[in-house]
Amino acid sequence: MYRMRLWAVKHARAFEVIYNALEKLLVKLHPLMAKIGYSRLEKPIAAIEKLCKGVLFDCRMCGQCALSSTGMSCSMNCPKNLRNGPCGGVRANGHCEVEPNMRCVWIEAWQGSQKMRAANHIFTVQLPVNKSLQGRSAWLARVKEIVQYQEPKVK
Amino acid sequence: MIFHDEPIPGEMLPILPGHTSAGRLERVLRAGHFAVTSELAPPDSADPQDVYKRAHVFDGFVDGMNATDGSGANCHMSSVGMCALLTRIGYAPIMQISCRDKNRIAIQGDVLGGAAMGVSNMLCLTGDGVQAGDHPQAKPVFDLDCMSLLETIRGMRDKGEFLSGRSISSPPKVFLGAASNPFAPPFDFRPYRLAKKIAAGAQFIQTNYCFDVPRFKEFMTRSRDMGLLDKIFILPGVGPMASAKTATWIRKNVPGIHIPDSVIERLAGASDQKKEGQELCVELIQQLSEIEGVSGIHVMAYRQETSVADIIKRSGVLQGRTPWFPGRDQQHLQESTAK
Repeated sequence: MYRMRLWAVKHARAFEVIYNALEKLLVKLHPLMAKIGYSRLEKPIAAIEKLCKGVLFDCRMCGQCALSSTGMSCSMNCPKNLRNGPCGGVRANGHCEVEPNMRCVWIEAWQGSQKMRAANHIFTVQLPVNKSLQGRSAWLARVKEIVQYQEPKVK
Repeated sequence: MIFHDEPIPGEMLPILPGHTSAGRLERVLRAGHFAVTSELAPPDSADPQDVYKRAHVFDGFVDGMNATDGSGANCHMSSVGMCALLTRIGYAPIMQISCRDKNRIAIQGDVLGGAAMGVSNMLCLTGDGVQAGDHPQAKPVFDLDCMSLLETIRGMRDKGEFLSGRSISSPPKVFLGAASNPFAPPFDFRPYRLAKKIAAGAQFIQTNYCFDVPRFKEFMTRSRDMGLLDKIFILPGVGPMASAKTATWIRKNVPGIHIPDSVIERLAGASDQKKEGQELCVELIQQLSEIEGVSGIHVMAYRQETSVADIIKRSGVLQGRTPWFPGRDQQHLQESTAK
């Protein structure tokens, strides 16, 4: 869904708002999700995530979503899987070196990021992709991360 | 220039205070000299002499040679193999590491192996896509990207740890390089990407062919305004074009190379295009060396390697300095005793 992907980047700011709301909602649902068990939720949530993000962003389910740092342009669509910005091979017309018919994922990312509140997130150096997370839900992972971070404060 | 502790081939120089490697390239740059590096095209051969022949061409004119790692996604002798041969006789190669063909396990192994052989400089690249080369059927790896590669090697060097966190008993003491392409869009993001590379551990930068001096100047000005130039040594890339036809072909087929029309027109209008290409290269070196923040030059003279010595000589950037090469000091000694 190449067109959808470009549309999503154009509306990066709106998706940022939606994403932040979704994150808050999921964190609120944590007690419930913990009761059901995250391992039980993994498969169904991952399936929902794959469907939504697949349609919107051509998501590749890397399991460690960086969309909020990449202007809502999924960097796993880059044929070189670059997580930190455009390579030197970008064509003069802004298209990809490997796939001449596709706009560079990182040109999109740069434009999308400038529409977002968290515009400076694109400057953070991203860690290498953890291949063992492929196919898992990034949403659940994020909630667990936030909850873990908050817990010591509660105590 | 002779270092008082100049090595016997195979022996490492001591690491100076404030330096991260034992290499000559880092010494030359940190001492404020204008450094010259060149691209060493790897042979399609298993004969070590083919590597040495190609290296000797640059003797006395370069401070380091880039051992390319399947550049343009074409298959040649490996960069590690070339470095093994070059370090054996004391050369200071810059080992290029591309993320296209190897995963993090293989790359980290090569970093240790390279450093153990005496490689002091490593250039971290993402690599051209496989579609550009002679094996488009190959599986592209891209497990790391150039940024995470820089960070990985820096971690190995400074923390003494693999990416996994397992410790390394004797860390690789290397000077870390990266590439930068100010000539590819998105232009306004390029200085930020340079900042990211510095944050990830890059200590020197080599760029792709630089024909568009105004664009390069703009990139340097913006980098300076961001306070980046004090943190990095920048060596813009140059090279002679054999003809207007070659330049047109390269512009069309090699990813990431921007050649303005004016360059092609100038070459096409010359009676001896090859000579004109070299002349242009000399001029570019002189122009680039004047720009604030340029610490050296990187020459890529594919299939014109023999012209490099003359180009460097004519540009005058070495200012009478003779970079080390095997046998240099014996030669100096003989000359001085003959007098």
